[in-house]
Amino acid sequence: MHELGIVFYIIRDVKKAALENAVEHISGVVMNIGEVSTIVPEYLTHCWRWAADKEDLLRGSELKINIIPAVTHCDGCGQEYGTVEHGKICPHCGSENTWLLRGNEVEIKEIEVPNS
Amino acid sequence: MDPVKVIEIKKSIFEDNEVDADNLRKELKTKGVFLLNLMSSPGSGKTTTLIQTINLLKEKLHIAVMEADIDSNVDAVKIKEATGIPSIQLHTGGMCHLDAEMTRQGLDNVDLEGLDLVILENVGNLVCPAEFDTGSCKNAMILSVPEGHDKPLKYPLMFSICDVVVINKMDVLPYFDFDLEKCKEYVHMRNPKAKVIPICAKTGEGVENFAGWLLQEVKNWKN
Repeated sequence: MHELGIVFYIIRDVKKAALENAVEHISGVVMNIGEVSTIVPEYLTHCWRWAADKEDLLRGSELKINIIPAVTHCDGCGQEYGTVEHGKICPHCGSENTWLLRGNEVEIKEIEVPNS
Repeated sequence: MDPVKVIEIKKSIFEDNEVDADNLRKELKTKGVFLLNLMSSPGSGKTTTLIQTINLLKEKLHIAVMEADIDSNVDAVKIKEATGIPSIQLHTGGMCHLDAEMTRQGLDNVDLEGLDLVILENVGNLVCPAEFDTGSCKNAMILSVPEGHDKPLKYPLMFSICDVVVINKMDVLPYFDFDLEKCKEYVHMRNPKAKVIPICAKTGEGVENFAGWLLQEVKNWKN
């Protein structure tokens, strides 16, 4: 359910980009999805198939997903570490004073248009 | 020639919604209407808390409620019957949250003339409503005792965007392993500025603290 909603937002933005670039058919959409963005890539591509095939612009198009690894920055010692492996507490110094540097993205990277 | 041409977009899917939300907030400021976005998981007591809060505030403020659910109008009917204030039901059509555009559509069906406060009861869900700015002036969430004190660790985004965290169902505290101090600590780890207000919506205990916060925020917004 969550992923289907996200797919509708992707389609809305892609349609807008197609209009701006005078594109009539899109064969692929490339997404940057952060590792801790709460999106399950398999569900997203599954929902994409269902929703994209209902649009002339996107029929048969493929949703490609780049996973962006999550990295946390520690204000305690200034180092960075893998969020998924270590969570909120810095493995270097034990500080809880940490914040997510990247890995939360839900971003349309690019669209692919068949060359005619 | 390459079989495909690539057009770079590089745009977050939340970007347009954030612009819509900021525009909506500006309009509400001009009209002097305060919009509260109330979130929680299903069954935490949002509607009961609202009824108690509205009954404390309805002599002081002109209030309307927008209930958002995937289906049914039971909440809107309940609010109207228990408080007598106007209440409309929004259906999200299967979507698990409201965005700024949907909120605006809802507000188009509310007579804002002379209103001070609109409360939006968002879809019961701790994930997606946190990702989509509704255009509200402040965000509040309800966490109920049976859900456990570790929710701020599991749903960090929700707790980081809320101005107030109401802890509901304090009357059943003796039956659960819920540690209020730990919960406050976890909330403040995510959001040092969040106010934590323990209440029992069923008996009304503590609700005056939440109502008092809301009244002050509405006054601040109108200045």
